[in-house]
Amino acid sequence: MNYKIARAGAGAAAVTTTKPPEMRAVYAEELIRMAEDDDRIVVLDADLMRANGTESFRERFPERHIDVGVAEANMVGVAAGLSTLGIIPFPGTFTCFAARRTFDQFFISAAYAMLNVKLTGSDPGVAAAFNGGTHMSFEDIGLMRTIPEMVICEPADPVSLKALLPQIAYRQGSSYLRLHRKPIALIYDDGEEFELGKGKLIAEGDDIAIIATGAIMVAEALKAAELLEGYGISSTVIDMHTVKPIDEKLVVEAARRTGAVLTAENHQVRNGLGSAVAEVLTDHHPVPQARVGILDEFGEVGTQEYLQERFGLTSENLVKRAQELIKRKR
Amino acid sequence: MTSTEASELKRKAIEVRKLTVEQIAHLGVGHIGGSMSVVEILVLLYYRHLKIDPKNPRMRERDKFVMSKGHAGPALYSVLADRGFFSTDMLYTLNQGGTNLPSHCDMNRTPGIDMTTGSLGQGLSAAVGIALGHRLQGLPGRVVALIGDGDTNEGQTWEAAMSASMYGLGNLVAFTDYNKMQIDGPIDSIMKTDNLGERWESFGWYAQTVDGHDFVALDDALKRALAERRRPSMIIADTVKGKDLPGIEGDYKNHNMPLGAEDRDRFFEHFAQLEEALS
Repeated sequence: MNYKIARAGAGAAAVTTTKPPEMRAVYAEELIRMAEDDDRIVVLDADLMRANGTESFRERFPERHIDVGVAEANMVGVAAGLSTLGIIPFPGTFTCFAARRTFDQFFISAAYAMLNVKLTGSDPGVAAAFNGGTHMSFEDIGLMRTIPEMVICEPADPVSLKALLPQIAYRQGSSYLRLHRKPIALIYDDGEEFELGKGKLIAEGDDIAIIATGAIMVAEALKAAELLEGYGISSTVIDMHTVKPIDEKLVVEAARRTGAVLTAENHQVRNGLGSAVAEVLTDHHPVPQARVGILDEFGEVGTQEYLQERFGLTSENLVKRAQELIKRKR
Repeated sequence: MTSTEASELKRKAIEVRKLTVEQIAHLGVGHIGGSMSVVEILVLLYYRHLKIDPKNPRMRERDKFVMSKGHAGPALYSVLADRGFFSTDMLYTLNQGGTNLPSHCDMNRTPGIDMTTGSLGQGLSAAVGIALGHRLQGLPGRVVALIGDGDTNEGQTWEAAMSASMYGLGNLVAFTDYNKMQIDGPIDSIMKTDNLGERWESFGWYAQTVDGHDFVALDDALKRALAERRRPSMIIADTVKGKDLPGIEGDYKNHNMPLGAEDRDRFFEHFAQLEEALS
């Protein structure tokens, strides 16, 4: 593998890490760090602060934490009102409620009103696991992608989350952060730099490009690339942490180099990352493409591992789809 | 409020109704009914209570106003133009392509508008956020919201009501333009909201019900509401949809309707009679 990043564990800092941190803990720590220097940072919850890790923010800044109870629509509206005063509000709930339940509030009171609401949805897609189909969002990126000028970001690990969160906080405009909250494998070594709106080139290869987003699928994409290497197939791997605006330049470069693009997302292939990449390819450099993700189905209950198998969100499926795709290359 | 002061406000209300009819009749169609029922509330706020500066619409220490029933924009535009936020000529651009006066209130287009509204139910949440923000930032300004019968149907309004009392927002005052008409008919035939004052009281608000076209009653209620610092206040203003428009007053069909030159002339004749009765 021709890695273009320093892998986690390569640097001295990682040696002391005994187990992977929880994304929600990193999220809250980073919010607290920003809030120490900036009293405009305010966190809102809808009775999920314990699930989302923001209880620590409430303990540190009780006056700057607002829990509205189980009332997500009101939470987004209150956040919009706060932001009229220059406050930088971070309302959070599960992805299913963040996108589906508050869509009109987020659309009108935040986005259309050109306000500055930093909405966070946690437990995306199959990460909802034991909460099951009612809580399983395979459509939230799709909903958010239809909002003009929306920024959608799904960091793949704690290092990228830490790097991207301040950029989300300090850009003017509403955004949607899709946050895996449980512990995950580290991908990047400390100090790796990330830019909102610019995909991260993880590895370079000539035979296929795998473009993935989010904690589950970037890790699976890397495993798939390593498996493909065993078959003599060299892969470009991209972490597309910002799904909108998508890094068109990087997508086109990868398509030019490899002639085949495989996308991987913990989301419907319709109107998610796969669609976003297809739009870029159609406009600029059409090449054979395959999309791994949910195929027009609702979610269901089970362990995350079971659900990844059930919906094909595995490195094995990526390898299979990559091999099929390469046969379609011109 | 002295009777002279009340008469002056009544004259102002007639002027605002004229400007609003003028705007909508010029376009030929618009949200006339709900614009007429809120006139006294707006005149009381903008000519007597709100701390605002037309020359500095974004003044940090100002009071804030959220028109949750965003379709009553035309009445608010008349008041803002008359108060000098923009020229009255601009009123004739209502809903024309490229206008800064869209049918529903837009904070990014119209000087003096504090919050973008139009999707019913969302205004009170925003007002709660602004009131919380004022408290966080130590700002003295009061936050006033105006909701309608349609807003009252929306569940989000009651989510906002709960959060306002939970957080003890004594700096928040809301009015309900209780004209008892909604688009599909009288509220009693579509969605009843009986005992509205008791409903707000039971949600932890200080609620009063007054004649929404009586300046003295409205002013007294607003003073009591502003004196209440521990909890949010709701003033249920008993109003008439299409108030002072002969032929369509009180008719639910006046929510959004065509208005022509003949309608305008008929209404203006009535306004002249009202003015004469005041002098």
